[in-house]
Amino acid sequence: MKILVCVKQVPDLESKFRLNAAGTWYSDQDLAWRMNEYDEFAVEQAVQLKEQTGGELVVLCLGPERVREPIKKALAMGADRGVHLQDEQSHEKDPFAVASAIAAYARAENFDVIFTGMQSQDRGSAQVGLILAELLGIDAVSTIVGFVYGDGAVTVRRELEGGQKAIIKVRLPALFTCQLGLNTPRYPTLPNIMKAKKKDLAILPAAAPASLSSTVKVAYPEKKGGALVLEGDAASLAEQLIGILKTKTTVLN
Amino acid sequence: MKALLVAESRQGKLLPSSYETLTFAQSLGADCAIFLVGSPNSLPAFAGTVYLADVAEAGEYRPKVHKQLLLQTIAKEQPDLIVFSHSSYGWDLAPRVAASLKAPQISEVIGLADGGYLVPVCNAKLRRTVQATGPVTIVTLQAGAFSPTDLPTGTPQVETLAVPGGGSVEFLGFEAAEAGGVDLSKAEVIVSAGRGIGKPENLAIIESLAKALHGEYGASRPVVDSGWAPHNRQVGSTGQTVAPKLYVACGISGAIQHLAGMKKSEFIVAINTDKDAPIGEVADVLVVGDLKAVIPALVEKLANR
Ligand SMILES: Cc1cc2nc3c(=O)[nH]c(=O)nc-3n(C[C@H](O)[C@H](O)[C@H](O)COP(=O)(O)OP(=O)(O)OC[C@H]3O[C@@H](n4cnc5c(N)ncnc54)[C@H](O)[C@@H]3O)c2cc1C
Ligand SMILES: Nc1ncnc2c1ncn2[C@@H]1O[C@H](COP(=O)(O)O)[C@@H](O)[C@H]1O
Repeated sequence: MKILVCVKQVPDLESKFRLNAAGTWYSDQDLAWRMNEYDEFAVEQAVQLKEQTGGELVVLCLGPERVREPIKKALAMGADRGVHLQDEQSHEKDPFAVASAIAAYARAENFDVIFTGMQSQDRGSAQVGLILAELLGIDAVSTIVGFVYGDGAVTVRRELEGGQKAIIKVRLPALFTCQLGLNTPRYPTLPNIMKAKKKDLAILPAAAPASLSSTVKVAYPEKKGGALVLEGDAASLAEQLIGILKTKTTVLN
Repeated sequence: MKALLVAESRQGKLLPSSYETLTFAQSLGADCAIFLVGSPNSLPAFAGTVYLADVAEAGEYRPKVHKQLLLQTIAKEQPDLIVFSHSSYGWDLAPRVAASLKAPQISEVIGLADGGYLVPVCNAKLRRTVQATGPVTIVTLQAGAFSPTDLPTGTPQVETLAVPGGGSVEFLGFEAAEAGGVDLSKAEVIVSAGRGIGKPENLAIIESLAKALHGEYGASRPVVDSGWAPHNRQVGSTGQTVAPKLYVACGISGAIQHLAGMKKSEFIVAINTDKDAPIGEVADVLVVGDLKAVIPALVEKLANR
C-alpha cells in the first residue's frame, strides 16, 4: 500500500495577530507555528493504515522553509519519508493552486490512499483535499470520523450536522479528509524523533499554477459584540461577576 | 447577474438552511434558479425554476452523480454565481464542481465588501476580502450568516433531471447521533468546559461551578473528542443546541461551530485568558483570567452568599 498524507503548518490560534505591510495577510513574524490540528488526525490514520497493511507512507507539505517542522513531526509519528514543496509565498496560493501543486507531485506516484485534513485552521476553506482528488481523478469522501480498511475497500463514517453520520464504502484508490476526533493522534516519542532525523526529506520546487481567487485585504473584524470586559485578580473578578449576575439574570434569585 | 442556488435535503426532507442561499442571492439582486437532489414531495417555496433530481435515484451520498447532475444544470443555466451552504453537503460538493469547471471557490462567506467576498480567517480573529477571477464564481455561505427574515413563498416550476449512473462510492446508511443521558436543552444554567481546562481532572472545576449555579455542565468538541466528557455534553453544530438563561463558557475560544450551539443563550459569560478570543463577540461579559483561579473564587463566594 502506498499512502500520502498532506499536512499544513498553521499559526497557533491563541496568538495575537498582526497584519503584513501590504495588509493582505497576517504577518508571519513572532508567531508560534504548529501542525494543522485536523492533519494530526490524518497523519495518525495514515500511520495506523500503514501498520495494518505495510507499504510506504509519504508526508507532504507545501510552504516556506519552516514547514519542515510539521513534516518532521509526521516522520516522528511514523511516516517513512517527507516531501517539502518549497514555496516562500504559499500564503498567496488559493486552494486550487495548492491542490494543483500537490497533484503535480502526486500524479506520478500513484498513491492508493491519500489523507488530508478536513480544513486548515487559518484559511478554513475545506477545499484542497477534494480538489486534489478531482485533479487526480480518484474518489473522495470528506469529513470522516471513522475509518476501517479491509479487502481493497474502505468503510468510513462521514459526519453530518447534529452528530448524525453516513456510513460509506469506497474502493481504492481514494482520498479522505479527516475530521476532529477521528482517532487519538500519538505523541512522537524521543527515540522516534531521533530516528526521524535520519529519514529522507526531499526538497522540491512547488509547481506554480495560477490562483483563481486572491486575497485583496485582511483586517480585524469590527467589534460588534459589546461584551463587558472584566480584568483583575480572581477574588475581585468573582465579586464583580456575581454582582452582574444578580442584576442582569434571575439565576441567583 | 444569474445565480444557481444549491438546496439540500436529508432523508427526503428539504433543509430550511437552503433558504439562506436565496437570502444571499436576493441581496445581490440576482436572478435565481434552484438545484435540488431531493424529493418531489418536499420542494422549496420559491417562485422560479427548481431543477430536481429524485434522491431515491440519485442517492443520499453519491458525490459523482450529484456533481454530474449539477454540471448538467450549470451548462443549461449558465450562472455567474453558484451558491452553496457551507454544510457537510456543500463543503463536499462545491470543490468537486469548482475543480471540474476550474472555477474559483470562496468558502464560508459572511458578507460582501470592497468588490469582494468577506470570509473569516484564523477562527474569526481576522477577516479577509477575496476576489475571484473568471466567468463563474462558487461560494459557500457560513451557516446562519444570511438567515431569511420573511417566510419564503411561491410555487416552483419543476424541471426533472435524468439521473446518470456511475460512481463506486456506496452509501450504506445513516447512524443516529449518540442519544441518551442529559438533555442540555432543558437546563437553565450551563457551564461549559473548553480545551482551556488543560487536563481531564480540571473538569471537576467546571462541574463545581455548574453545581453552585444549580445547572448542568457542557463541553466543547475537543473536550469530548479527547474522551474527557461524553458526547451528550457537547454543545455546537455537531452536538446539542442550547439556549439557557445563563451560559458560562470556560476556556472556550468561540469557534463558529461552538457558537452555533449556544449563541441564543439569554446571558453569556466567558472566562478566558485571551482577551481577543472570538467568544467575546457573543458574550455579555468577558472575564479575562485563568479559569483555575477564577472559578474556585466564584464557587467560594457563591457558597458564602
Ligand atoms: C464540521 C465541524 C463541526 C464542529 N462541531 C463542533 C461542535 O459541535 N462543538 C464544538 O465545540 N466545536 C465543534 N467544532 C470544532 C471547532 O471548530 C473548534 O475547534 C472547537 O470549538 C474549539 O474548542 P475550544 O474552544 O474548547 O478549544 P480552543 O479553540 O483550543 O480554545 C481554547 C481556549 O481556552 C483559552 N484558555 C487556555 N487556557 C486557559 C485558562 N487556563 N483559563 C481560561 N481560558 C484558557 C484559550 O485562550 C482559548 O481561547 C467543529 C468543527 C468542524 C469543522
Ligand atoms: N500548503 C499545504 N501543504 C500541504 N497540505 C495542505 C496545504 N494546504 C492545505 N493542505 C491540506 O488540505 C487540507 C484542507 O485545507 P484547506 O483547503 O486550506 O482548508 C489541510 O488540512 C491539509 O491536509
